[in-house]
Amino acid sequence: MQMIKAYTDIYEQHAKTVSRSCSKLLNGRRNKAFEKFKSLGFPDASQEEYRHCDLNEVLSIDYGMNINRIDIPINPYDVFSCDVPNLSTKLFFIVNDLFYNNGKAIGLPEGVFCGSLNEFSKTHNAVLEPYYGKLSADSVDGMVSLNTTFTQDGFIVYVPSGVVMEKPIQLIQILHGKEDMMVNRRLLIVIEDGAQAQLLICDHSLSPSRFFSNQVAEIFIGKGASLEYYELEMNQINTARISNTFVSQAESSKLLMNGITLQNGLTRNNINVCFTGEGAEANLSGIALGDQSQLIDNHLFVDHALPHCTSQELYKYVVDDAACGIFSGRILVREGAQKTSAYQSNKNLCSTNKSRMYAKPQLEIYADDVKCSHGTATGQIDENALFYMRSRGISEPEARLLLKLAFTADVLDRIQLEPLKNRMRMLVDKRFRGELSKCAGCSAPNC
Amino acid sequence: MLLEIKNLHASIEGKEILKGINLAISEGEIHAIMGPNGSGKSTLSAVLTGNPTFKVTEGEVWFRGKNLLEMSPEDRSREGLFLSFQYPVEIPGVSMVNFMRAAVNEHRKYRDEQPLSASDFLKLMREKRGIVELESKLANRSVNEGFSGGEKKRNEIFQMAMLNPKLSILDETDSGLDIDALRIVAQGVNKLSTPDNSTIVITHYQRLLDYIIPDKVHILYNGRIVKTAGRELAIELEQRGYDWIKKEIEE
Repeated sequence: MQMIKAYTDIYEQHAKTVSRSCSKLLNGRRNKAFEKFKSLGFPDASQEEYRHCDLNEVLSIDYGMNINRIDIPINPYDVFSCDVPNLSTKLFFIVNDLFYNNGKAIGLPEGVFCGSLNEFSKTHNAVLEPYYGKLSADSVDGMVSLNTTFTQDGFIVYVPSGVVMEKPIQLIQILHGKEDMMVNRRLLIVIEDGAQAQLLICDHSLSPSRFFSNQVAEIFIGKGASLEYYELEMNQINTARISNTFVSQAESSKLLMNGITLQNGLTRNNINVCFTGEGAEANLSGIALGDQSQLIDNHLFVDHALPHCTSQELYKYVVDDAACGIFSGRILVREGAQKTSAYQSNKNLCSTNKSRMYAKPQLEIYADDVKCSHGTATGQIDENALFYMRSRGISEPEARLLLKLAFTADVLDRIQLEPLKNRMRMLVDKRFRGELSKCAGCSAPNC
Repeated sequence: MLLEIKNLHASIEGKEILKGINLAISEGEIHAIMGPNGSGKSTLSAVLTGNPTFKVTEGEVWFRGKNLLEMSPEDRSREGLFLSFQYPVEIPGVSMVNFMRAAVNEHRKYRDEQPLSASDFLKLMREKRGIVELESKLANRSVNEGFSGGEKKRNEIFQMAMLNPKLSILDETDSGLDIDALRIVAQGVNKLSTPDNSTIVITHYQRLLDYIIPDKVHILYNGRIVKTAGRELAIELEQRGYDWIKKEIEE
């Protein structure tokens, strides 16, 4: 209760400061969200959905919040070299929860906007009104309402009808600063009918301070539109990341989502996909690599509300040392959602006796003409394969490494962007070799 | 002497399988080990290559003057020991190319040699593939994944060619092979045979020995080598079966 009060007090005392420079759109959702946060509070381990993901410790830290929007002392373009070379992306930065505006958002196709959510919503209120805060409004997760209460800016990708983005968009989100800090990050992705886009989001914490990143992403994919959405987390051990992603897919739309947790502290990803039209496809996959005392929790919910939609899930975990992995995948096939295809696969390697894995597949089917399957398996490295490799002269550590890499290969293969796939393979390889002591591509001082 | 096994005893889960094996193999020799099911043939090959499932309870094994039983499985391989598995393991996600590159380069490192360049390595792959007529597309697939029985066995001999061992153990390499595949595999083994390297052929049947001509034939029964003779012993077994051996032992 005290933790909740700390945040409600901040809002009650500083509501004017929070909304001072913000658009009508952002401010318009605030008070309702605040009331909701007061009643929901923070998620806690007594709730089934957070049973193995206890936020108590990370929430008990006295974080600062940058509600006065104090400027960023670094230029991310100078301190942060590109993560994924050869990708020739359109590159954007969020530093903590500030959009870093360098005025360089040029060369985008006509009508496309990528950049500050606050600025864009000031000029295009009517465009964003049907989207912002809509998918997240019904969430019963207090982190979401806290985010909507405090969001002062965010990142928007708006691709109007029929526009095919040729170059991928890359958003790098940096956590930086000497103080412990909570950031409320907000993403709004609108891909209108027939449009296509690819988005890569990389999270890095550059300082050893304790950070709490509370992110909400709302994604709309219009009729026949397609989105590839890649997320890479390379945060430090002191970072907690809570991310709530909401996706709405219209008729015949396609989503490819691939989330890789390479390094982190505590991570909770809630991913909710809902089909609002027939014939839509969602392909969700992810890799979670945990060691030390890290915790990685992916919670998926796919709502098959309409017929003829397809969802595929493939999540793989490798948990080492005393790390903990959690996978929960709920698939709901509602009455009347005939010809649904829903497949879920979750496979996990526990490398040590102290590592833990909690897997919870949930398939609820209320229609009678569907194809659904789910499977989860948690085990150790295949001893037969290990011996076979050693008998060819490959050392045991190298054989283990090759087997771990092989274990993650099919998830990486789902990445459609070839340079990104190659880069990810290399990063996962380095991660298993323990060579990712600092963020690849990072040249920030004091890192 | 290339390999010397002295009074080797080994067990699995407390059950003794090998009960005092004695065997000596010199450079350039081909030895066949035959015997009925359950006599310990595959256990012998597993113990020699260091499979941790089996426990050596007594005896010694010397390989090229070194104590084999003290070596890790990978060092045994690097010293020149090779096992063609009866059941080659499928390793999804590890390509044959990466698997072989890792193996060849670890062997080279052991001999203080530089890793092969990518082009030299691919050249070597191409050259050795030809020995067992292994299709190039198999080299790009995951190790043994989706290979037919014959392809798996050919792939074993391909790996043998890549690693150029001093002593190869072919564990039931003929099982599951049709007559054409058997010929290809056997010809591959013969092509790789030199006066410096040796082969142990473990088999039930004489037919493989029509192609790979052994210098000596041993019969393994109930954990011991109970009879050793020349090639004619294999032919006799083919005609008379194992029962007369069993009877001879029991008497």
